[in-house]
Amino acid sequence: MSGRGWGTRILKLVTLLGFVYLFVPIVMIGAFSFNHVGEHGNNIGWKGFTLDNWGRAFKGSQFTSAMWQSLKVAAVACTLATILGSLVAVALSRYRMRGGAFINMMLVLPLTTPEIVMGASLFTLFFKPTPLFGNFNWHLGTTTVVIAHTMFCLSFVALTVKARLRGLDWTLEDAAADLGSTPLRTFRKITLPMISPGIAAAFLLSVALSIDDYIITSFVAGDAMTKTFPRAVFDTAKRRVEPQIHVIATMVMTLAIVIIVTGTVLGNRRRAKLG
Amino acid sequence: MADAENRSLRKARVVPYALSFPGMLWMFLFFVVPLVTLLRIALSYKPDPFHPQTVFNWQWSNFGTAFSKYGGPLVRGFVYAGIATLLCVLISYPIAYFIAFRAGAWKNLLLGLVMVPFFTSFLLRTIAWKTLLADHGVVLGALRNLHLTGLLGHLGVLESGRLLNTDSAVIGGLTYNFLPFALLPIYVSLEKIDLRLMDAAADLYSPFARSFRKVILPLSLPGVFAGTLLTFIPATGDFINVTLLGNPTTAVIGNKVQQEFLVNSNYPTAAAISLVLMLIISTMVLVYAKFLGTEDLA
Repeated sequence: MSGRGWGTRILKLVTLLGFVYLFVPIVMIGAFSFNHVGEHGNNIGWKGFTLDNWGRAFKGSQFTSAMWQSLKVAAVACTLATILGSLVAVALSRYRMRGGAFINMMLVLPLTTPEIVMGASLFTLFFKPTPLFGNFNWHLGTTTVVIAHTMFCLSFVALTVKARLRGLDWTLEDAAADLGSTPLRTFRKITLPMISPGIAAAFLLSVALSIDDYIITSFVAGDAMTKTFPRAVFDTAKRRVEPQIHVIATMVMTLAIVIIVTGTVLGNRRRAKLG
Repeated sequence: MADAENRSLRKARVVPYALSFPGMLWMFLFFVVPLVTLLRIALSYKPDPFHPQTVFNWQWSNFGTAFSKYGGPLVRGFVYAGIATLLCVLISYPIAYFIAFRAGAWKNLLLGLVMVPFFTSFLLRTIAWKTLLADHGVVLGALRNLHLTGLLGHLGVLESGRLLNTDSAVIGGLTYNFLPFALLPIYVSLEKIDLRLMDAAADLYSPFARSFRKVILPLSLPGVFAGTLLTFIPATGDFINVTLLGNPTTAVIGNKVQQEFLVNSNYPTAAAISLVLMLIISTMVLVYAKFLGTEDLA
């Protein structure tokens, strides 16, 4: 191929600049968790290095409870979404079915609907004098947030798992059955190991979606009762950005990176062993 | 024997529906039904501004009111999202190309790095831009040192020497936040390309630029389309970048919908404008899907 040489050099430079662009704000979040702004300072602008913010990371802060709230919502919503979504994905990729295109469209639609519209529409569903459910009284709070998060994570999980299942060799199941394996054993020994990496990856990504959602949550969470982490951050950010936010966000980010890296390394090692 | 086979065939026909039923029921109840209630509210009127009660009476005039009231922010939202999407594609294409074809052993690491923003708070990354773009911030300082402030001021990127709280800051924030959504699908479509096609073109004396235009570009278009949608759609509804990086005159449709629903309780017109937003975007998606199918969106 011609076009190497200078072309590659420019490409390298663009990529480098792109990654700098992507990572400057992320590195800043980490750095600003060490910013010496005092307990009630506004964490915008660098004032000097300190470990104080980490020392009082969990001290009586609304952000700690907000992060717990977010994790609780994510745990329930993403587990539910992963189960329901993976079942749909398996149905779509393992079987030929009529109406598959329709199901596919139902999964893609939430991705192509702006969050603000989904939030507004759920608001009208849960809204007090509910037009459709008569006098059924939805109480805006954790339940409605979990319902909403399950909805948008479900379509995401189903599509991600479906993409990962594409090209899997389902005849292995038949082979196991031909060799006298019981359906349960086939599922445990063949199907599950085949589909679980995709499902695990989808679950992790859906957790990331759930704990980061602000827009939809702001419509279905009601008043201050259900304060998720993004809500707590957004509500205070207009006045003041507290350094504890950066500490908690850095912890979550580090944890996520560790999970991804170990996942990748383990996956590579297993592949190397098999190969 | 034949009977048992029939039974298992029948079972195989029912199984996929049974598997997908719970998930689809959930999507029906909490995605489709809410859109119906949204439409119902959009066609209602609200007799008492201080009481949440709305009365359904086919009030189509809400749509007209919504247009005249929020037309400006609606258009502004689309313009911001359009520019940001264009920038996202232009920036992420060469990066995706590098990762797919030239990264060698670094490929997986670079791909992993592209995913990291997904695990960092969207809000905090935007707040970080607030610091970076501030009047005494790093970005403006660098531009001053490069003596670019004058030129950028003329181009309208800076507004009276400021970067924060301008159109540029909002567009920059949107571009930043949705970049991975453009990059990943473009990467996926590039990665699938059989590079031997390029070798074949080169063997036939096609210069690189020409084979790129004739081979790689068309084959990567599905990824570009998918990336465009995945960037443009969330960007049109976003109001976080505007709230944190813009100013009151940069308010977009997202700001208005949220305000009217959650602060002013002005449900019917807000519902109407949300539906208009959805309608415009669905039309675009349908046009796109006609060209490439929905497969590549996943």
